[in-house]
Amino acid sequence: MNAATQSHAQPRPERDEAYNFAYLDEQTKRMIRRGLLKAVAIPGYQVPFGGREMPLPYGWGTGGMQLTAAILGAEDVLKVIDQGADDTTNAVSIRRFFARTAGVETTERTPEATIIQTRHRIPETPLHADQIMVYQVPIPDPLRFIEPSETETRTMHALNDYGVMHVKLYEDIATFGHIATAYAYPVTVNERYVMDPSPIPKFDNPKLDMSPALMLFAAGREKRLYAVPPFTRVTSLDFEDHPFEVQKWAHNCAICGSHDSFLDELILDDRGTQSFVCSDTDYCAQRVSQGRAEQ
Amino acid sequence: MYVAVKGGEQAIDNAHRLLAKKRRGDTSVAELGVEQIRQQLPLAVARVMTEGSLYDAELAALAIKQAAGDLVEAIFLLRAYRTTLPRFSASLPIDTSAMHINRRLSATFKDVPGGQLLGPTFDYTHRLLDFTLLAEGEYPGPQTQPDGRVEACPRVSGLLAKEGLIKEETDSGAPVADITREPLEYPASRAERLQALARGDEGFLLALGYSTQRGYGRNHPFAGEIRVGEVEVWIEPQELGFPIAIGVIEVTECEMVNQFVGSATELPQFTRGYGLAFGHAERKAMGMALVDRSLRAAEYAEEIVSPAQQEEFVLAHCDNVEAAGFVSHLKLPHYVDFQAELELIRKLRKPSKEQAR
Repeated sequence: MNAATQSHAQPRPERDEAYNFAYLDEQTKRMIRRGLLKAVAIPGYQVPFGGREMPLPYGWGTGGMQLTAAILGAEDVLKVIDQGADDTTNAVSIRRFFARTAGVETTERTPEATIIQTRHRIPETPLHADQIMVYQVPIPDPLRFIEPSETETRTMHALNDYGVMHVKLYEDIATFGHIATAYAYPVTVNERYVMDPSPIPKFDNPKLDMSPALMLFAAGREKRLYAVPPFTRVTSLDFEDHPFEVQKWAHNCAICGSHDSFLDELILDDRGTQSFVCSDTDYCAQRVSQGRAEQ
Repeated sequence: MYVAVKGGEQAIDNAHRLLAKKRRGDTSVAELGVEQIRQQLPLAVARVMTEGSLYDAELAALAIKQAAGDLVEAIFLLRAYRTTLPRFSASLPIDTSAMHINRRLSATFKDVPGGQLLGPTFDYTHRLLDFTLLAEGEYPGPQTQPDGRVEACPRVSGLLAKEGLIKEETDSGAPVADITREPLEYPASRAERLQALARGDEGFLLALGYSTQRGYGRNHPFAGEIRVGEVEVWIEPQELGFPIAIGVIEVTECEMVNQFVGSATELPQFTRGYGLAFGHAERKAMGMALVDRSLRAAEYAEEIVSPAQQEEFVLAHCDNVEAAGFVSHLKLPHYVDFQAELELIRKLRKPSKEQAR
């Protein structure tokens, strides 16, 4: 049996019986699931929901945690990533939270997970139809930095009034020669709502388009959730003469040699010597173990 | 090969142990008891109960101990616990005119029926460090009259209302939303606004209230009445059909009397702002009352020009658990987005083809 096919799931942990399954009470979960049904029915529309106070700080993934809690079943296998990595402290903390309160199996392997909660990345390994992505969202409204008032932006979404967004992108081109948005790059969902894909690098935007996996987004502090159903058109805003492009690196991953994954830059010494490694730690580890298996 | 910071689990466990050690301090000094905090830091307990939206002095004291004295952290602990509690019933409105008063003042009249009652207050203390507190001592308190009685204290605003000089406040009878269960949407009802302000950060409300005094949305406030004392809490269970008292809570209530307005249809009259907090919390109640009044600008057709008058601005930013969470999340790794920005800024700094020509 080689490393690629071997299961990497952690043994199922003991559930802490002091709390309801996955922490939230069943009524709250139902309220969230109703919100999710609406969100799936109107792709990209921001549904207000009665967000609860979670035992983690706002801004640290409370929205994503509430969604995960609402959809998690005892048979699910959970993966949690932050910056693409399973071992970043906040990912560890959230994974532990559900291991403790729901006693579910957790994994670092993308293909094995049924639910993947993420902050700032979409895994490099293509997703499949049995998977649900849960995104942690800080500011759900893509128009917020142009118009701070919620009353105004709700009207703008209702009227399909996205002119200001295109003006902003045009101003970037006029000033810099490029669209100067590198992450949280706005998208149009199902040719209707303009949506913030959460602060993923624009590199990840194409993965949202026609994905077989269900994509769920939640902002706990702002009490909004939204969704992209499977096989939905998601297009990044652009202009005919300035088409949307993703980042490219002149380097390969120093660990696995990948030339097409999102790379993190490491600074190795005082002289600023750089090295680049995959941000998706599972993808990188799989490539290394496959490489070994092939040798 | 350099590998990005690993070992999150071990680091988290060790951080928790270090925190516990820091909280405990020098073990040769006696450990602080929750009951000591409750008895000897009652104003801290009041703030944590108010902004934590849970009247439980013991749990608030526990939260203060656990948070090593960080009150915003203690408020967060209490809130996170509160979310898990089942709701049995909503109480009937508390009747603050029937309050068992410990302190009461009105700045609008020299004397009022029931009198002014100074009570335990920092007002009129000279803020000189009391070095005798470095040692333990006896604090006998003032002389009391065992047969002394407090006269009935009708509310000052009620006295003005009798003459029709102050805008009447009426109960619309509309169901009261619970902002901890349903998302706040704008424009909010006054009930929702008051809920948000009651949970709001004392410092934020104080600063905003202060800004109205300095001219940013000025509306001439007078401290119509501040009263501190105990009130009974009543509920009316459906199966009983009559109300029962379930306990007594201490609250601080502030009614500000503000500049009059008049219109073609209404004679000029005073308006008011309302503040209420658990325990003895005058600064909070006053800040809340000032901001409540300034948020009523639209109701009185006043021009909305200042931050304290803007409902979305105030309500979306007054909650310190939300604010502290979102500010502190900047401590989480952001290296993926930063990498994207690095790539972008390097690209932007390269001369474009046209400029190079």
